[in-house]
Amino acid sequence: MKLNKRIGLTLGLLLIILAGPAWAKEKVQVAFIGPLTGGVSAIGVGGRNSADLAVRLRNADPKAKYEYELVVLDDECKPNTGVQVATKAAADKKIIAAAAHYCSVVALAGVDVYHKFGLPIVVWGAVHPDITYGNDYKEIHRVNGTMINQNEVAAKFVKELGYKTWVNLYDTTDYGKGMNEYFSKYLTANGGKILGSFGVTADQQDFTAELTQAKKLDPDVIWFGGLTPLGVRIRLQMEKLGLTSQFQSCSGIISDAYVTGTGELAEGTIAFREGEPVEHLPGGKWFMEEYNKAGYSEAPDAFGPFAFVAMNLILDTIEEVGPKRKAVVKRMENIKDYKSIVGAVTFDEHGQNISPAITKYVVQDGQWVPWQDSEYAAGKRQLKRR
Amino acid sequence: MDIGLIAQQTVNGLMLGLIYSLVAVGFTLFFGVLDVIKFSHGDMLTWGVFTAFSVYLGLTLIGLAAPVLILVIVALVAMAAIGFLGAAIAKVLIIPLKGAPPLNTLLITLMLGTVLRESIRLFYPDGANPKHFPALLPDWSHSWGHFTLRFDNALMLLTGLLMIVLVQLVIKRTKLGMAIRAVSQDEETARVMGINFNLVVYVTFAIGSALAAFAGVIYVLYYNELSFNMGLLLGAIGFSAAAVGGFGNIYGAIVGGFLFAMLQSIGAAALPFASAYKDVFAFGVVIVLIAVKPTGILGEKETERV
Repeated sequence: MKLNKRIGLTLGLLLIILAGPAWAKEKVQVAFIGPLTGGVSAIGVGGRNSADLAVRLRNADPKAKYEYELVVLDDECKPNTGVQVATKAAADKKIIAAAAHYCSVVALAGVDVYHKFGLPIVVWGAVHPDITYGNDYKEIHRVNGTMINQNEVAAKFVKELGYKTWVNLYDTTDYGKGMNEYFSKYLTANGGKILGSFGVTADQQDFTAELTQAKKLDPDVIWFGGLTPLGVRIRLQMEKLGLTSQFQSCSGIISDAYVTGTGELAEGTIAFREGEPVEHLPGGKWFMEEYNKAGYSEAPDAFGPFAFVAMNLILDTIEEVGPKRKAVVKRMENIKDYKSIVGAVTFDEHGQNISPAITKYVVQDGQWVPWQDSEYAAGKRQLKRR
Repeated sequence: MDIGLIAQQTVNGLMLGLIYSLVAVGFTLFFGVLDVIKFSHGDMLTWGVFTAFSVYLGLTLIGLAAPVLILVIVALVAMAAIGFLGAAIAKVLIIPLKGAPPLNTLLITLMLGTVLRESIRLFYPDGANPKHFPALLPDWSHSWGHFTLRFDNALMLLTGLLMIVLVQLVIKRTKLGMAIRAVSQDEETARVMGINFNLVVYVTFAIGSALAAFAGVIYVLYYNELSFNMGLLLGAIGFSAAAVGGFGNIYGAIVGGFLFAMLQSIGAAALPFASAYKDVFAFGVVIVLIAVKPTGILGEKETERV
């Protein structure tokens, strides 16, 4: 009996010593910043869930050195709110790094803050080139592509479809203006003709005046550079005015909200986005399985996989160099062929991932379908004016 | 410029002008009876729209399928609810402050507007996101060249104009209207003549607020979309329209509303610079007009209001 007791005690102590490191793991905070309310919140919430998934999977991994805690902040897709939450995250020394921003205007407003406080961020959705290329900040990185690549592909593609004339509408934020600048540049280079272009304010409700002018110009295509809420309004109001032109837009409207907002009118809308659809991604199937297993009530939406990769990259880096901002920044200078579910990630000297593929999308039966998989490409359905 | 295009821009402008006018009439009614400016008026419109949307969801839930019947119920419930809310606000916030400086009422209603707006954002299910309002009217349309006339737009315009005429008739031809006019001319004398001052104020606020709800219903039928902050700019525009037309004068509010819409259309369609500046242009012209004629285009005469 006595012996048994002793053995029991020894075993117990041994167990405590062995198990010790497991529950004594150091807690590390990382942040996710994105639009959780407002017109593009569906994308923000999908991104948050995906980043959360990365953290959950890591915490479930017994090999992980740290226990991670996700701090979630809402930038509302508004620059002023964005700067506030950026400052909040950056000033909190407990937060080591952040996966941040879907909206370009917010990211542009935030980069100075991150640089000033030395908080490393990985952008997971915003596409304006200047976020990475407009500065020399070592803290800023991006896993998704920029609008330059997107518009180059878009302009070439629509020209090949046989369209000749365009009327451009764009919101007058940095995002919309950037989109307009690059799309127009590549479109005219490919021989497309822009009959008119209209800048509109980012919260405009009524587009009938602009669209009536567009109707007179009678373009093959109405192009819109901006985000979902305006995209929905423009598509709805095109119909009210009897405009029969094809509707083309950019990555800003690729969301489930665009389809629900426009209903049947969404059919045949074309748009372009960096990266590939989840199911075509190298790790897309695995990602969706894990995502569904975790039981989130909202879809990962368009940029979920990028948010997942951004957060995973942050976690991998912290595992490697420890929970220190400076060390993380330094390590991220040399990310090369980092394996991820969106393919290999390699940062150039501006922290920009240089291998983003562009996918063409068309709405078919209420879904954003990659062009090559659609009935439009197969010739079973026709876009307008072809 | 070709004629179809002008016709189209005119119809666009008329639709906008109608909505602005309906909002402006509310501002002018409140100013008429109490000399107050109620800055929460735009957000009352938003509440009207969200009430309408909720009623619509409720009706489809119980299986009502006739769109026109749904629309009538939706509009009536929204107007009744917001009319009641308007009267309640008058009782609780506006009348108690009658003796205080007008600035207080202005500030209180400004804050009330924020409360109304934010409470939709925070407490309405998924309230921060824009929502889709279904087309409840048939989408018949006919095109002549660049001009497309939609049946629903024509119907909305007609109903809206009828509503304005109706309000005008109530104010000019009925006993109630006479009481409203009496109160706006001289409160003391009206009281002496046996007019229930408080009741007249409640009714006026109910009418003005119900008009805002009505404008809101037209608005969502036209744009098929609603969001928690839609009333903010509409309130500002309605206020400017009432000011430029001449406070206290219903015709002034109507003229102001259509004038503002016309300026926006010109700003977007006819001026060479980017249409993003159309609001800047419209508000700029309004500033000039008010500077030139501070009492408004149809400035109120000393002896008569409303």
